Amino acid sequence: MNTPILTVSELDVSFTQYASGLRTRTLTGIAGLNIEVREGEILAVIGASGSGKTLLAQAILGILPRNADVTGEIRFRGERLTAARRRRTLGREISYIPQSVTNLDPLMPVGEQVRIGLDPKTAHQEQSRLFARYGLASEAARLYPFELSGGMLRRVLFATSVRDTVRLIIADEPTPGLHAEAVEEVLRHLRELAADGVAVLLITHDIVSAVSVAERVAVMNGGRLITVEPAAAFTGDGDGLGHPFARDLWRALPQNRFSIGGVEWH
Amino acid sequence: MPRLLLLRVLRLATLLIGVSVLAFALVHNSPIDPIQAYIGANVDITDEQLARLREQWGLDRSPIEQYLAWAREMIQGNFGTSTLYEAPVIDVMGARFGASLALMGVAWTMSGVLGYLLGVTAATHRGRLADRLISWYSYTLSATPTFWLGIVFLVVFSVWLGWFPVGLAGPQGVPAEDVTFAQRLHHFVLPSITLSAVGVANIAMHTREKMTDVLNSDYVAFARARGESDWQIFRNHGFRNSVVPAVTLQFAYFAELFGGSVLAETVFSYPGLGSTLTEAALGGDVPLLLGIVLVSAVFVFTGNLIADVVNAAIDPRIRSRA
Repeated sequence: MNTPILTVSELDVSFTQYASGLRTRTLTGIAGLNIEVREGEILAVIGASGSGKTLLAQAILGILPRNADVTGEIRFRGERLTAARRRRTLGREISYIPQSVTNLDPLMPVGEQVRIGLDPKTAHQEQSRLFARYGLASEAARLYPFELSGGMLRRVLFATSVRDTVRLIIADEPTPGLHAEAVEEVLRHLRELAADGVAVLLITHDIVSAVSVAERVAVMNGGRLITVEPAAAFTGDGDGLGHPFARDLWRALPQNRFSIGGVEWH
Repeated sequence: MPRLLLLRVLRLATLLIGVSVLAFALVHNSPIDPIQAYIGANVDITDEQLARLREQWGLDRSPIEQYLAWAREMIQGNFGTSTLYEAPVIDVMGARFGASLALMGVAWTMSGVLGYLLGVTAATHRGRLADRLISWYSYTLSATPTFWLGIVFLVVFSVWLGWFPVGLAGPQGVPAEDVTFAQRLHHFVLPSITLSAVGVANIAMHTREKMTDVLNSDYVAFARARGESDWQIFRNHGFRNSVVPAVTLQFAYFAELFGGSVLAETVFSYPGLGSTLTEAALGGDVPLLLGIVLVSAVFVFTGNLIADVVNAAIDPRIRSRA
């Protein structure tokens, strides 16, 4: 298919914690993870809370908590993503759509937040264009986050991530708490971005929307990547799925078999 | 808005009535006899003269009558006559207010700016040496009484090192109008540093906490993920979000500032409103004391009012609640 935009190899993320007194212990967040996202592709990463999927996003963006240790290699468009390279690419070539609307600054009008990182000369124009694209009234630009609804704030978060130069978008749980129509809208926006050639890493625990929007679905559990399956295999009884854990996950859905699954994959 | 304004004015009026009644009751019940304080060691005064003086000052009437007489004058804008200075209270206060205002103004600005900067530095270096030094300084200073710090400064800088004069606003024996600006400044340094040093601690510690919260917030993490530099994060998000508690404290600090200036001025014999208040209390000068008390109440009230207005200007969520 297309050229890889993001390549993650042998990624380990662990945390050093003070257990009692001065004794420390190490907690594993992610272990030995390999993943690749290609141009124009949506790769969904699914897994339960604590499976390490948000850590993956934070590791790529370099915003892990200070007590985190990261080893392994993250490459963006063929080159290692170092701190210096992050400074040049974050906000320009790599965009992040965070999970929660608390990621917006409560004391800054939303329009201004969308304009951060845009060329000051054209920022206002570009922001109006983005507001129009995401169905936000132009008057809303002057409002503060507390004056907008949750759904509108999601769209603002989308608007902050869309830049002409973007090659990779990392969307962390952009759908929870939204009603079905709004979820469909978010997914449509992601599809549009991918159609423009952007690589999209979609982190979610919503299997159904992941399957409906992505080409491939990566399944994580306990900090490890269990399997990467084609989205098309998540159908019927999931017989086309290669890994038993993916099958269990799919069959456990209420609309499928609602089965508790087996332990055959352990 | 007009209703809000009316409410504020009403609140100020009740505050002033309450404060003046309380202050009056306290002086009235204090063991200091104004007449005795006035005549001092002068033993040539006859009982007849004493009685006349008592009558002239209205001390022969009941306390309620005395208070009401004072209040009646007060409402007409007449602060009364100082018994100690034998001059209108308003003139006595006017001469001192400038000196105090300069002292408090400098201390206020220094403690605000320095406190905020130290707080931000501590938060951005949390757990490291700079943070530990600033925290140590702040905790020590907030546990230090102003007058004691003033005495320590006097001992170290005036007595041992001889860098600064021991007190007053100008050299002794020189008429006030002949004191040069440099001399004034020289006398001004220690009292103002004493007053600032204590104020820094509070602002620094509150700013440190707030700034730590801000730096750990989702929106700062998001700003990092968007490639904003440390300076951009501070300018775009850090400042506005962390300055609210500093501003609130800084204006609410008017009360402590005034209290601190009373102590600092007394220690340094600095002729400001604060040391005059001490004099008035010890000399049983009721009109002067009440005058200064009322002025300070208005001063503190204004500080809180400004804090509310500025907060609303910074944080739109407060504005919409009002």
